Amino acid sequence: MDINDVRGLGTIFALIAFLGIIAWAYSASRKRRFEDDGNLIFEDDDIAHRSAQAEKKEDE
Amino acid sequence: MSNAIEHPTYNYKVVKYFAIMTVVWGIVGMAVGVLIASQLYWPELNFDTPYLTFSRLRPLHTNAVIFAFGGCALFASSYYVVQRTCQARLISDSLAMFTFWGWQAVIVAAAITLPLGLTSSKEYAELEWPIDIAITIVWICYAIVFFGTIAKRSQKHIYVANWFFGAFILTIAILHIFNSMAIPVTAFKSYSVYAGTVDAMVQWWYGHNAVGFFLTAGFLGIMYYFVPKQAERPVYSYRLSIVHFWSLISIYVWAGAHHLHYSALPDWAQSAGMVMSLILLAPSWGGMINGMMTLSGAWHKLRTDPILRFLVVSLSFYGMSTFEGPMMSIKTVNALSHNTDWTVGHVHSGALGWVAMVSIGAIYNLLPVTLGKKQGDMYSTNLINIHFWLATIGTVLYIVAMWVNGITQGMMWRAVNEDGTLAYSFVESLEASYNGYLVRAIGGAVFLSGMLVMAYNVFMTVRSAKAEEQAAALAKA
Repeated sequence: MDINDVRGLGTIFALIAFLGIIAWAYSASRKRRFEDDGNLIFEDDDIAHRSAQAEKKEDE
Repeated sequence: MSNAIEHPTYNYKVVKYFAIMTVVWGIVGMAVGVLIASQLYWPELNFDTPYLTFSRLRPLHTNAVIFAFGGCALFASSYYVVQRTCQARLISDSLAMFTFWGWQAVIVAAAITLPLGLTSSKEYAELEWPIDIAITIVWICYAIVFFGTIAKRSQKHIYVANWFFGAFILTIAILHIFNSMAIPVTAFKSYSVYAGTVDAMVQWWYGHNAVGFFLTAGFLGIMYYFVPKQAERPVYSYRLSIVHFWSLISIYVWAGAHHLHYSALPDWAQSAGMVMSLILLAPSWGGMINGMMTLSGAWHKLRTDPILRFLVVSLSFYGMSTFEGPMMSIKTVNALSHNTDWTVGHVHSGALGWVAMVSIGAIYNLLPVTLGKKQGDMYSTNLINIHFWLATIGTVLYIVAMWVNGITQGMMWRAVNEDGTLAYSFVESLEASYNGYLVRAIGGAVFLSGMLVMAYNVFMTVRSAKAEEQAAALAKA
């Protein structure tokens, strides 16, 4: 086994890792979860509101 | 104290500071850019002083726009996004404020030393070793604030924008430390520990990843938060964003060798760099499409919302320059484009079209929030629209001028007579570039004028927020 075999194995490992990530991200069982995660940015209204009030108070 | 834990608020102060300095440094950096662009048309503009020569001001321009303008935009948006998506306040207000003042000090140090001619001569890493150490300290504090805030998050999931910001912070730390390794000789002079071709390869491993992680991953973090937020709908495909993240960060680091085509770098390394650059098209476009398609079903918002227009047009320029980049990395194309103005045009379609426009959009979105207003609630929407058109026209003028110049130069340099001698001298190619340099300077000036409109709008927004607060305080009293 010479260095080129290691390089070949490296390429195969990268391919498997890539396919693994796709399989993980696109598996049906995680569909719902990722939809929820995408909506995370709309869920902090109460803290945002409180921060806005605090910001106004601080400048007074 | 228990109140602060049960009812946390966000630290908007440091975000506001960085957002305002983004505008200030944007104007300074771009003004220097317009000056040196004008020097190429009117050489007298260096006024025969060494401090104002092109060679000294060019690194000042690049450092100011990348690290001062772009850097402040990244600090502002990453501190803002990490808090809002983790639903937690920054882990330390004082450490965050230290990163603000530390970063400003580094910028001022750069603005003093570069015109004095103090430089390590490494592109985008010109600053001498004492400043490099200061950058390292500030950056480590930045990493502590950012990752510390992620660690104390009250949300289980870490939103994708934070992954991009995190990759950017971590990779820039590694790149900066390894590329800046030098042996100091005096307080302002050092020599790189690397020599010859290895030095060149380390430099462009750094240089291209400054593009890949500072100017791309960081700004993709901005994109993944502010495009959905401004469009008021979640990102087109969250699953695609995961594949986008891992493929982009694992491929970008290998592409730097394309800066050294036809150099002393071994051929296999050049070819590897070219292949990796070509593969990079896939994740780049995956991300671009993900951002664009977020608007599917809501395209009408572009008609009325100039902030969204900034964000979406930035993605178009991102798509265009990430197609152009892989194409230019092909060795036969590079044989034409290398060392010509085409490269400069390519960089600016990314820098003005993508980086600046997405930052401007994000600042317009977040600045009013840090003043206690609604997102995007600037003093004048009309002025944002004017800024949008100035920015777009300026960018297009700039890159078209550089395309024409670059291809002209490449064709003239390679043209040979029948007996094999060169058909044109270098000066003849310079004369042919003259008109393009004027158009480029005009394009830059138009873009800069848009930044001045932004500065006025920001100033008036801050002032009106203050006035409203005073009125409210009076009403209460």
